[in-house]
Amino acid sequence: MAARKIAADTPELRERWGGWTFTDDNRAKADWHIKKYPEGRQKSAVMPLLDLAQRQVGAETDTQGWLPLPVIEYVADYLDMPVIRVLEVATFYTMYNLEPVGKFHVQVCGTTPCMLRGSDGIIAACKARGMKPGHISDDGLWSFTEVECMGNCATAPMVQINDDNYEDLTAERLDKVLDALAAGEQPKTGTQEPGRHTSEPANALSSLKEMVSENHDYRGEW
Amino acid sequence: MLADKDRIFTNVYGFQPWALDAARKRGDWDNTKELLSKAQDDIIEEIKASGLRGRGGAGFPTGMKWSFMPKESKDGRPSFLVINADESEPGSCKDREIIRHDPHKLIEGALCAGYAMRARAAYIYIRGEYIREAETLQAAIDEAYDAGLIGKNASGTGYDFDVFMHRGAGAYICGEETAMIESLEGKKGQPRLKPPFPAGAGLYGCPTTVNNVESIAVVPTILRRGASWFASFGREGNKGTKLFQISGHVERPCVVEEAMSITFEELIEKHCGGIRGGWDNLLAVIPGGSSVPLVPAEQIRHARMDFDGLKELGSGLGTAGVIVMDKSTDIVRAISRLSYFYKHESCGQCTPCREGTGWMWRVMTRLETGDADIEEIDMLYNVTKQVEGHTICALGDAAAWPIQGLLRHFRPEIERRIAERSGGLREAAE
Repeated sequence: MAARKIAADTPELRERWGGWTFTDDNRAKADWHIKKYPEGRQKSAVMPLLDLAQRQVGAETDTQGWLPLPVIEYVADYLDMPVIRVLEVATFYTMYNLEPVGKFHVQVCGTTPCMLRGSDGIIAACKARGMKPGHISDDGLWSFTEVECMGNCATAPMVQINDDNYEDLTAERLDKVLDALAAGEQPKTGTQEPGRHTSEPANALSSLKEMVSENHDYRGEW
Repeated sequence: MLADKDRIFTNVYGFQPWALDAARKRGDWDNTKELLSKAQDDIIEEIKASGLRGRGGAGFPTGMKWSFMPKESKDGRPSFLVINADESEPGSCKDREIIRHDPHKLIEGALCAGYAMRARAAYIYIRGEYIREAETLQAAIDEAYDAGLIGKNASGTGYDFDVFMHRGAGAYICGEETAMIESLEGKKGQPRLKPPFPAGAGLYGCPTTVNNVESIAVVPTILRRGASWFASFGREGNKGTKLFQISGHVERPCVVEEAMSITFEELIEKHCGGIRGGWDNLLAVIPGGSSVPLVPAEQIRHARMDFDGLKELGSGLGTAGVIVMDKSTDIVRAISRLSYFYKHESCGQCTPCREGTGWMWRVMTRLETGDADIEEIDMLYNVTKQVEGHTICALGDAAAWPIQGLLRHFRPEIERRIAERSGGLREAAE
């Protein structure tokens, strides 16, 4: 099991986050999520609401966002759930940050398929830039986590930074991505392999060649 | 090699747009009303006849699974279809390609499958880390609603069917069907005891069927081209086409749709440019995602990549996430890293798994360096046997099998490391 603890419930935390509420925009989104589930089953929406809350905290702090206890309590109240039930969910699922993170949360996949393609080098490159688990860099930009399989095995190794994936990495390619992010630019997402589009055999397409240049309809050949 | 015209996922690489108008030009949503003009049981029979077995790993016959759903609701409870898009098995990366490049196949499949099993709605549970993929899927669902393809009177059939997307938040265990249902209900994703089975009491206590993304997304094409077309690929009991995902030490890792029962050698040579360093450099292969035991090089080369072919080798097809390892691989570390994965992902509910995954991982880390006694190899094997089969869900089994595969095929390597280290220590002491 993943060891996960929430940030201490201190007067400072209450001072900073007490009275926190959704923005109007997020309240509308929350209500849209709740409507997806049958009447009386509104607690099914606890996961999307925690995600919305974390994103709003992120926008307010210019980071990826996290879930202070008063925010978790607000979500519990919103869904008419006991706080402990929401806390259980927040601590069970690893995408909810229970402590503050940096502007960019660098999540390197280290599971075997990525390891075979060189994730050790990617992790080392992150460490060389001063990143370490559970620590925000002094400039507030970077948090680092080694995560489990992200489902990008055919374009390994990879890293997810906030909402985007960067795949087919080498240490040099990762450095370019991180430099661009630090400079406020948006690097190309997805595979970083020159000439590769997504998960096809790189630069040697073995099937479906017609699809490259046109939206081919194969039904005529059935 | 499978002909392009027989590939179901023609936009798997995303060279063309995923959106509705482009998907329609490729054949999706083409007169869906006519597909659904058949009786529900006839559709189920068609899927049974196609030989489709579940693509999420276990390989249970899809048509038979649907037939367990009630034909009418005696007490007013609705039925639900839950689509498992919580793709998190190391080595697996196929559902992601379907969702981000061919989402309309999935949504149309949801309608067809939902109709056949008389479901009120489908919930697509997508793993939280698939953030951009979820954006695409939701946009595709919105398009389908706007075009009247799903929702009230879906596709003009007179049948009301909703499709909702639910995002996970980073828990491998939610790929287990009852954990997924718990998670959908807003709880921790801890598996339920069975029985009751989901077809009797699943989501919100209602009859529920959980199917993998690929199992659902192939359904419209099977209905259009007929069961006999799908059954023309692969050996008896292993029919159809399948998305293979090849990672690790091949020249060109990729996702590719191929006929079932293709040999490993043909799969690698045709699509991946061969093994890195040639066939003599191949060490072992994990053929079905991390949960299945590895197969050593000499056994895998001519193996049939299907359920039965890999079962004969003491392994399994699983999700067809093929992890290839050449001779540069530290095989003990490769499996040890998987042990860490299962330790990290154990939900903590059953003692053998919660305690056993951590224990097995700690022993594995010592075997990596040979810091162990020879007797501990057998002790580790015994512990894997005590975890296997003694937990509510199959995560305990999945943690045990990779280690068992390693011990079965690479015991001399582990013994060598132990002997080398203890010999080195003895020399240092002298």
